[in-house]
Amino acid sequence: MSAPQNVGYKRKVVGAHYGTKDFLIQRITACVMAVYTVVLAIGILIMPAFTYQNWVALFSFDVFSFPLGKLLAFLAFISLLYHAWIGIRDLWMDYVKPPGVRLLLHVLTVLWLLACAAYTVQILWRI
Amino acid sequence: MSDSSLKPRREFKNIGIGQIARYRLPLAGKVSILHRISGVLLFLALPLVILPLFERTLISEIGFDSFKEIVTNPVVKLILLALIWGYLHHFCAGIRFLFLDMHVGLDKDSSRKSAAAVLVVSILLTLVFGLKLFGVF
Repeated sequence: MSAPQNVGYKRKVVGAHYGTKDFLIQRITACVMAVYTVVLAIGILIMPAFTYQNWVALFSFDVFSFPLGKLLAFLAFISLLYHAWIGIRDLWMDYVKPPGVRLLLHVLTVLWLLACAAYTVQILWRI
Repeated sequence: MSDSSLKPRREFKNIGIGQIARYRLPLAGKVSILHRISGVLLFLALPLVILPLFERTLISEIGFDSFKEIVTNPVVKLILLALIWGYLHHFCAGIRFLFLDMHVGLDKDSSRKSAAAVLVVSILLTLVFGLKLFGVF
């Protein structure tokens, strides 16, 4: 029995929603970051004085001992992470054609962003 | 089942590497490529410049003061100015793209105008931050 001819390297890997989900996520994360930017900008503008205590409070204020400031900053950062992943991945998909090189660049991009995530968690939860 | 992948398709490339410098992009094209460039700039600077400086401002009062000290260095000021421009351009161009995605301002004339607005507004805002950074006000 011969192998079916429509699988393997000759078959195009395409399917429903391919790209639509990433397209939407890139835009939703952009909105999250834009809103957080405006919130931070308002926070800085209404600050009585630009001191260390007021600056730290922007990213670490609690509401009824719930760490809202840190969580908002973290959620904005997670949005940044996913947004940057889709954007940079699109660059590799546009400009780098050899699959092996592209895979390597994808892996390096993910590692780069995960390192940033660990760094951000450390910064936020040390204050 | 589609057999489109069986025979190699002819490739048409409308621009070569050597032509890029001489290629005259419309304003919307300039906004688009600068959106990519500013995105890459921010992506690379994130763990190398942005997060280390951010950490310093938050870690302690001494760190906060040492950040102010570091920023007096003109080279650091220029790097920060480039990143500020990158963020502002990416922000403004991104909002323009969101409107285009919702089919607002898609016609040639308004798309050209909004592209010009993105370029001008992000440069003007960068100037404002730059004047603040270099201590003019």
